[in-house]
Amino acid sequence: MSALSNNNWSRRSLFRAAAGMAAAGTLAACGSNNGRSGGGSGDSLTQYFHAYGEAGTEQAIKRYAKAYKDANVTTQWITGSNFENKLFPALLTKNAPDVFEFHPQLQLVTSGQVADLSDIINPVKDDFNPADIASHTVDGKIYGVRMIDDPQFFYYRPSLFEKAKVEVPQTLEELIEAVNKLTTDKVKGAFLGNDITPVQNPLIWSAGADTLNAKNEIAYHTDAVAEGLGQLRKLFTSGNLLLDAPADWWDPSAFTQGLTAIQWCGMWAMPVIQKALGDDVGIFPFPKVGSAGKFSVTNGGWSMFVNAKGDNVDAAKEYVKWLWIDQKEYQEDWALSYGFHIPPRTSIAQSASKLKSGLPAEGVKLFSEYGHFDNIGWTQAMIASVNDVIANSVRKGGSPEAALDACDKKVNAELKKLFG
Amino acid sequence: MSTTTEIDLANPAPAKPEKARPRRGLRANATLNFWLFTSPFLIGLIVFVFVPMGWSIYLSFFEARFTVSPSSFIGFDNYRAILDNPDFTGALVTFTVFAAFIVPTTWALSLGLALLVHRIRFMKAFFRSVFFLPTAVSYVAAALIWKMSIFNGVRFGMANTVIGWFGFENVAWLANPDPPWYWLVIVTLRLWLQAGFYMILFLAALQNIPAELYEAAAIDGAKPGWQTFRYITLPQLRATSTAVILLLLIAAYQAFDEFWNLLSKATWGQPPLVELYKTALGENQDYGQGSAGAVILTLLILVITLFQGKIMGFGRGEEAK
Repeated sequence: MSALSNNNWSRRSLFRAAAGMAAAGTLAACGSNNGRSGGGSGDSLTQYFHAYGEAGTEQAIKRYAKAYKDANVTTQWITGSNFENKLFPALLTKNAPDVFEFHPQLQLVTSGQVADLSDIINPVKDDFNPADIASHTVDGKIYGVRMIDDPQFFYYRPSLFEKAKVEVPQTLEELIEAVNKLTTDKVKGAFLGNDITPVQNPLIWSAGADTLNAKNEIAYHTDAVAEGLGQLRKLFTSGNLLLDAPADWWDPSAFTQGLTAIQWCGMWAMPVIQKALGDDVGIFPFPKVGSAGKFSVTNGGWSMFVNAKGDNVDAAKEYVKWLWIDQKEYQEDWALSYGFHIPPRTSIAQSASKLKSGLPAEGVKLFSEYGHFDNIGWTQAMIASVNDVIANSVRKGGSPEAALDACDKKVNAELKKLFG
Repeated sequence: MSTTTEIDLANPAPAKPEKARPRRGLRANATLNFWLFTSPFLIGLIVFVFVPMGWSIYLSFFEARFTVSPSSFIGFDNYRAILDNPDFTGALVTFTVFAAFIVPTTWALSLGLALLVHRIRFMKAFFRSVFFLPTAVSYVAAALIWKMSIFNGVRFGMANTVIGWFGFENVAWLANPDPPWYWLVIVTLRLWLQAGFYMILFLAALQNIPAELYEAAAIDGAKPGWQTFRYITLPQLRATSTAVILLLLIAAYQAFDEFWNLLSKATWGQPPLVELYKTALGENQDYGQGSAGAVILTLLILVITLFQGKIMGFGRGEEAK
């Protein structure tokens, strides 16, 4: 038996070895046939996008990419709420995207991760919103092409305001009072996001402060900001804020389903909100905080960047130029056909009839009058430090001063690394 | 067949050329088989575990921001920085407390379930499968169900509906850390996912306890129930219990998925791995400091495991019986 089975084994192991080699061969073949080189139209590029919520956006991005003839562009549509946590590590690997969307952040420039796009932007520089150019410029070089500007503000239901005899709030105190009056056993007064961080910057701006000053020093640590954090804490503990909603602030569901009378959200959600609520919707900026307060609106948005360490920097730049500079039709489609966004190109914005009247026009007005654009020096690590301030002082009830002090320490360490 | 072999063995002379081949073959086969079976695993282990571990230790001595191939050696600065970071040290303390709580709870629940399923007279396979099924669910999927349907903060969330029947106000289970209801969400989720798996381990061990022991005890006058459980079942399960506690402890320190998905932008309930993820892969991109933290955590798990093995006699299962 042993002799026979030994023969058996040896035959089997030969088969196995052969099969293993065959499998290895197949795998090796896989390596070159990754589905990207099939088109035969020049270079292969990969682009990263975070998953937009509006219907049709993914198809649109893929449609534009397909229309590009000089390279084969693959789109990675990245779901989940932590796009930066997937993008940043990916940029260090061989599988890094050639082209990706993000917000302008200085550490991407200082670490040499994004390519200088001045040569493709400069010819059309004057057609861009100057604030968008400024927020992407470091030492005279422009590092990203703005695709869309996204103002964020409060949406409210005028009918509920009327019923509760509430006026549109001008100050944070009035907002708190309004929220208390608007709350019933079915509807909460307001929704500021499940973790309250969406309003962290507006709170700073509305208190007359800023994230950083012109010399790139801390500008958010003021008495008015600390006072504002205390007021937000009062609002948080009132029991009248909507918390732990199944869909977070960027999705208008809580508002359209009548769970809340006021919601902080972006202009992108306007078409869906108007469809659901018709005329019963209004918008207002973040109210004034403290005696020197001002109204404020977050002018967020997304820009395209080219991975400077990728293998196809020139091809990637060509693609970005083709789509986000030359193809105005696609840029307009992207800004206006799904959610509403403000086109950063003046020529497109001027002809955008959808933004000319009614609520969208009011959104554009808030954007122009009270909007604060990205500051390239305000990086992800600093944003996260202020997230902790909100967590510790507003949600946990710690002292705002102590939370701001802890934040200063982290932000200063970061500033030192970036600016020396 | 076996007869032929025996004859071969008995008459070595004529069978010699016949025999030599298979024997050489056997030796060659054994080596070949050894490498054939172990090499894929070994290569995987080296490439995906040992090389990254070595790289991580290397990185922990360098200034490695936005890069994994650094050039500036900084000695123990990363270790100093991460141990000076209250978020990381706080996470270690929080998780020692969490482990101290979740380990005995899961141990007791899975043992309880195993005893129930072991005792049951009908539909045993059904109940065994039902309790085991949650093990197949991913932490992320379960966390989303817990967050979005069971413990959401709106009035029609499942938990809020139930407490509403008793006249209680809606609770923001996850957003508001005071009172810390988020622990209820995390602990129930972890129990639901883990208990079934450890129940199976206990069931197997229970089935291994010889029936004679219980018979002998009955003859000696031991009452069934608590007395036999305390003096027969529990000591007999000692080896399994040790293994289960060890696995639970390691799992507690490796906690990541549900915390990451349930507690967004929080500063509380952050396990060490979430802190390390934020340091290395998240907004900070500091691979040097993240690696230093990983080394510290590895050492900590190692020490705890060895210490626990010493106390509870891991690997001494046989004598323990």
